[in-house]
Amino acid sequence: MLIADEKTVKTPVLADNPYQPHLARIVRIFKMVPDNHLFTLRFEDQWTAERFKHRPGQFMMLSVPGAGEAPISISSSPTRPGVLELCVRRVGRVTDALYRMQTNDVVGLRGPYGNGFPIETLIGNDLLIVAGGLGMAPLRSLVWWALDHRDKFKKITLMYGAKNPAEMLYRDELVSLADRSDMQCLLIVDRDPTGQWKHHVGLLPTLFDHADINPATTYAAVCGPPVVYKYILQRLLALNFSKDRILMSLERRMKCGVGKCSHCSVGYKYTCIHGPIFTYWDAINLPELV
Amino acid sequence: MKIVKIPKKKLDLFASILRQHWEIHAPVEQNGRYAFKPLTHWSEARLHYNRTILPPKKYFMPPRETMFHYREGKGYVPAQEELDQRLILFGVHPCDIYAINILDEVFGGKYNDPYFQTRRKNIGIIGVDCTPDEHCFCRSMRADTVEKGFDLFFTDLGEEYMTLVGTSLGDDMVLMAAPLFEPITAADIQKYKQVSSEKRQAFSLDVEIHDLPEIFELEYKSEIWDELGDQCLSCGSCSMVCPTCYCYDVADTVELGSKAGDRVRTWDSCLFHTHALVAGGENFREKRSSRIKNRFYHKQRGMVAEYGRPSCVGCGRCIVGCPVHIDIVQVINRLRGEDHANRG
Repeated sequence: MLIADEKTVKTPVLADNPYQPHLARIVRIFKMVPDNHLFTLRFEDQWTAERFKHRPGQFMMLSVPGAGEAPISISSSPTRPGVLELCVRRVGRVTDALYRMQTNDVVGLRGPYGNGFPIETLIGNDLLIVAGGLGMAPLRSLVWWALDHRDKFKKITLMYGAKNPAEMLYRDELVSLADRSDMQCLLIVDRDPTGQWKHHVGLLPTLFDHADINPATTYAAVCGPPVVYKYILQRLLALNFSKDRILMSLERRMKCGVGKCSHCSVGYKYTCIHGPIFTYWDAINLPELV
Repeated sequence: MKIVKIPKKKLDLFASILRQHWEIHAPVEQNGRYAFKPLTHWSEARLHYNRTILPPKKYFMPPRETMFHYREGKGYVPAQEELDQRLILFGVHPCDIYAINILDEVFGGKYNDPYFQTRRKNIGIIGVDCTPDEHCFCRSMRADTVEKGFDLFFTDLGEEYMTLVGTSLGDDMVLMAAPLFEPITAADIQKYKQVSSEKRQAFSLDVEIHDLPEIFELEYKSEIWDELGDQCLSCGSCSMVCPTCYCYDVADTVELGSKAGDRVRTWDSCLFHTHALVAGGENFREKRSSRIKNRFYHKQRGMVAEYGRPSCVGCGRCIVGCPVHIDIVQVINRLRGEDHANRG
């Protein structure tokens, strides 16, 4: 009887499996900051490497064979395709295993996941990017996307603060941006033990004293540790920013990245599919979000 | 919908015909409680039961499931050895079918979970009507009847089971055993209405879910959550027995002395301390009260926002299974300020 045979689905689940990691080769390891290395990866499969597309603010699920999988935000801009750059902090089981790997070793990648920045909405506005510490990692993608589409934005302002020059992510790259006349790049460190630092010294929020921000025409993208959110949000709200013009990139524990495993739930949203970019309005309405 | 009936005394014959094509799993008694198990004899099946210890979700998302095999040089190869198993679950209650329908939404959508979906397609479901006990509140959760999610659905009319044919596959099952089935009569329809009315009156628990999302927002800071946090053991029993709890954890295992390994997912619970713990030590739900609140909030409030209804189906398993007697009906009624209701 044929009916019972039709019941069994024999199609391999391989065909369309959102959990399938694709092999990618580590092509460069840049020891940017101790325990914060920049890994440049390229998909082994040429076809996958060429057709991979992402939005600034999205993340990947990175697999290290035997160690597991972890969500890592994409640091490179979609305007610079071919390879993916992930700024990885050595902090847990998976990242620790990654740090034991070398150039030319193979890892697994799947994604991109998450909503990413609403770039269609941002276009035509002023852009204010505020990062504290490791918060630069997910925002760097947006910085380069905006600079590579410079004509699509009015004013671009970047504020970035780190503890000291040695802990500043992308330091040389950002220092060179400070020379650009078509944007304002404000860099600050809490302390300068080197005495060589030519930019600002002090706390991140004080950079607002050096910038002229019009809240009516600006979208602000913010990422950093909780203390950064606290003081930067105060500044932005004092400037009368509307709450949906403030965008925040968040992190949570994630196992699936595709809205199933529930580890990243906040209130009634999942960080992985509804985020990781949330507006401040979302944050107020989602308990536990910040 | 095609509706027929089958005399009860012919059920074993029907089962033996089905067994030519499928392995049949049904509720089997186990120390006074029930569990879905493979049948060796039809006589082991209990179609009159209150609830199984574990819900049928164990067939669609097994407690431990290998997702990939990692092999050096080959990468991550999907594990599909067990996905072809063909089964019929015989005797699934409406609330549990409703729960599977909810899981369909969760494991479907933009990112289809191929493991769940393949099992779902390979497992037939024959539903059976039931009589509520003192822990059932499926009627309050609008899950006391289902109109989809089953291949066949049986309602006990005394001497016969009225049989709703829900899918083309269900129709095939009926056609395979065509001589056993009969057309229904006007008297059967009357009898069905009587059974339906009796069932309605048998419920002793009731909760109002109409404006529950608003109530949850208003009571977000209620001291009830701290009380529950003090009471809860974080054991996760409620999540394991819940037919719609779908949290899972993923871990890689390595074979000793080699670079090969497996990626395995296992049932998880949002009540476990590590559920929201990220690398580096930050725990977004450190307190037990915030974890139990999250569980209630996600089920009764979050799912409404995402899928249009709470994911609780009122099966009563968490009430029965909680070692410290946390009772979801009581919690909701207390949040509503109606804690005098229902408890006798």
